[in-house]
Amino acid sequence: MDAPANPVALRAEPVRDDALLRATRRRALLSRLLAHGALILGVLIVAFPIYMTLVGSTHDAGTIGRGDVPLVPGAHTVENYATAWNEGGGRSQTTPASTMLVNSLIMAVAIALGKIAISILSAYAVVFFSFPGRMLAFWAIFITLMLPVEVRIIPTFQVIVDLNLGNTWPGLVIPLIASATATLLFRQFFLTIPDEFVEAAKIDGAGPVRFLRDVVLPLSLTNIAALFVILFIYGWNQYLWPLLIINDRSMETIVVGLSKMIGRGDAQNEWNTIMATAVLALLPPVLVVALMQRWFVRGLTETEK
Amino acid sequence: MATLSLRDVKKSFNATQVLHGIDLEVNDGELVVIVGASGCGKSTLLRIVAGLETPTSGQVVINGRDVTGLEPADRDIAMVFQNYALYPHMTVFGNMAYGLKIRGMARDEIARRVQAAAEILGIGPLLDRKPKQLSGGQRQRVAMGRAIVREPALFLFDEPLSNLDAKLRVQMRAEIRRLQRRLGVTSLFVTHDQVEAMTLGDRLVVMNAGRPAQVAPPMEIFSRPADTYVAGFIGSPAMNFIPASLDQGNGSARLPDGTLIPFADGPRPGTAGTPITLGLRPEHLEPGDGPGSIPLAVELIEPLGSETVVHGRTPAGMAVTARLNGAFSGERLPVRIAPAHLHVFDADTGRRLDPA
Ligand SMILES: Nc1ncnc2c1ncn2[C@@H]1O[C@H](COP(=O)(O)OP(=O)(O)O)[C@@H](O)[C@H]1O
Ligand SMILES: [Mg+2]
Repeated sequence: MDAPANPVALRAEPVRDDALLRATRRRALLSRLLAHGALILGVLIVAFPIYMTLVGSTHDAGTIGRGDVPLVPGAHTVENYATAWNEGGGRSQTTPASTMLVNSLIMAVAIALGKIAISILSAYAVVFFSFPGRMLAFWAIFITLMLPVEVRIIPTFQVIVDLNLGNTWPGLVIPLIASATATLLFRQFFLTIPDEFVEAAKIDGAGPVRFLRDVVLPLSLTNIAALFVILFIYGWNQYLWPLLIINDRSMETIVVGLSKMIGRGDAQNEWNTIMATAVLALLPPVLVVALMQRWFVRGLTETEK
Repeated sequence: MATLSLRDVKKSFNATQVLHGIDLEVNDGELVVIVGASGCGKSTLLRIVAGLETPTSGQVVINGRDVTGLEPADRDIAMVFQNYALYPHMTVFGNMAYGLKIRGMARDEIARRVQAAAEILGIGPLLDRKPKQLSGGQRQRVAMGRAIVREPALFLFDEPLSNLDAKLRVQMRAEIRRLQRRLGVTSLFVTHDQVEAMTLGDRLVVMNAGRPAQVAPPMEIFSRPADTYVAGFIGSPAMNFIPASLDQGNGSARLPDGTLIPFADGPRPGTAGTPITLGLRPEHLEPGDGPGSIPLAVELIEPLGSETVVHGRTPAGMAVTARLNGAFSGERLPVRIAPAHLHVFDADTGRRLDPA
C-alpha cells in the first residue's frame, strides 16, 4: 500500500457550491408544483360532474328544474333516495332502483363469472393441449375480438328471439359471455406457467382436469380476481343489449332504467330522483373496485412465481 | 429395485435427429451419469425414459417391462427437475404428498411417508412452508423428497444441482450420492459438469452429439478415454492434443519438428507415417530441462493455491497447458512429455489407439 500522495489535501474541508445547491432545490420545487398542479386539475375535471350529481341528489325537484346549478348540498337527501329506492322516478313510470340494482347485479355477476369460466377453459385448451387445428382455434377466438357486440347485435337478437329467450336471464347474459379478451389474457398468463409444472404433474399422475383444478386455477387466482373487477364493470355498464332483449320492466337493469327515466320533449324531469338513482348505480362498481383493489392491482402487475 | 435398458433409442424433432441410437443397461441400484456438452441430447434421453417425450424408435424397458408406450405416472419413476418444479401454492408437505394423494393412498400412510422422507433429508421443520420461503438448497431437498416418497423403481435427475451456488452444489452432490447409496434406488443423472459426473457416477455415459461416445466407470473414462472428444471433455484443465505421426515401426510418435517420443506400452497398429493425435493431460507435463524437453513461452499463469496452471506456447506456436505442483513464476517453462501417460488417438477418426 502506498501512502496517499498528499494527505493534507484529503483532509481539507470539501468546497460547497451554494449557488448550485439553491438552484437545484428551486428546480425540484418547481417541478413538484407543476406535477401536483396537473394532477389536481385532472382530479377536478373527473370529480366535478360526480360532485354535481351528488349535490343534485340532495335538492328538491324544483331547484334543478328552475335551471339553478347548486354547488352546496340541499335538505332533501333522505326523501330523494327513499323515492328512488322504493318507487323509482321520472315522468314515465319506472322500476324502483332497488329492483334494478338487483337485476344489474345478477347480470353483471353472471356475465363476469361466465366470461371467466369460458375463457379459462378455452385458454387452457389452447395453451396446454396440442390438437389438430389448435392455432386455427386460437385465431378464430382472436378474430371475434374484431366484432364488438354492436356489430353482431341484429343476428344475435334474431337467434335469441328464435330460441324464445327474449325477456329471460339466459337470453340477456349468454350472448355477452363469449369473450376473446379474457381468453387472450388467460392465454398470456398460462404461457408463463413453466413447462416443468406440467411435467411434474404428469409424473405425479395428475390428469388434465386435476392439473387445472390443483395447479392452474390456484396459480390464476389473482388474475381471476383482477379480471372479475374489469368484467363486472363491463357487465354492469351494458346498455344496448339489455335495452333490446328485455322489455319486462321488472327485469330492467339500472343503466337502462336510468336512461329511460329521462323523458324527452318538454316534460319536466325529476332530476333529483334521477341523480339519486345515478348515485345508487355508481355504488356497486365502486364497491367492487374498492374491496378487490388489493387483488386487482396484484393481478395486473405481478405473477405468482 | 430395478434395472433399466434402453434399446436403440432414437429421437428426431421434425427433420433434426437428436439421438442416434442409444443402447444402455443400468443395473439394479446403480447410478449412471449422462454427461455431455449442452445440446447433445441428455435431457431428451432422460425425458424419453420418463415418458415425457416419445422416442422415434427403440424401446425403454424398466425391470423387464416394456414401458415405451406408457404414461409417466405408470412407469414407476420419479424425477427431480433443474428448477425443482415445486408447486408454488402448495406447502412443502403438499408438494411431497401430491403424487401420493392422486394415487389414492390413505392419509396416514401419506403422512408417514412424507415424515420419513423429511427426516432423511432434514426438512422436517419446513413442512408447513411454501417454496417461496425456502432457500435454494432447501428447495432442492424438497424436490428430492418429492421423489423419495414415491418409492419409485427409478430416480431421474436432470441437472438438479445447476441452480445452486458452488459450495452448496458440492455439499448436495455428496448428499445425493449418500442418499442414493442408502436407498439403493437405480438412478439416471444428467449433468454437463464433468466433476459432478466423475464424483457421482458408478458409470458415466459421455454423450457427443446424440451418440454415446463412451460408457464406462469414471476412472476408466479418465485413464482410457475412448476418443479425443471424451479425452478433451473429461479432466480439467482439458487435455493437450499434439499432432504427430507413427514412426520407428510404430513404436514412437514423431512430432512435426522431428522429435521422437517412444511409446511406453508398445507399438500401435497401422502403417508407418499414419497421422495420429497425442493426448497428454496438463498434470503429466513434467517441468525440467534436458533432451526432448519443450521450452514453453508462458502466456498466462493461474495460481490455484496448491497448484498452478500455466498456459504457454511451444516454439512451433501450439497452445499447451501445464499443471504444476506449488507456485510458479517466470516467462519460460521447459516441460518434458512423460511417455507413460501418453494417450494415442487416430488423427482421422479420433478413436483411441491401443497397443496392438
Ligand atoms: N421439443 C423440442 N423440439 C425441437 N427440438 C428440441 C426439442 N427439445 C430439444 N430439442 C433439441 O434437441 C437437442 C438436444 O436437446 P437437449 O436434450 O435438451 O440437450 P441437453 O439436455 O443435452 O442440453 C437440442 O439441439 C434442442 O434444440
Ligand atoms: Mg438439458
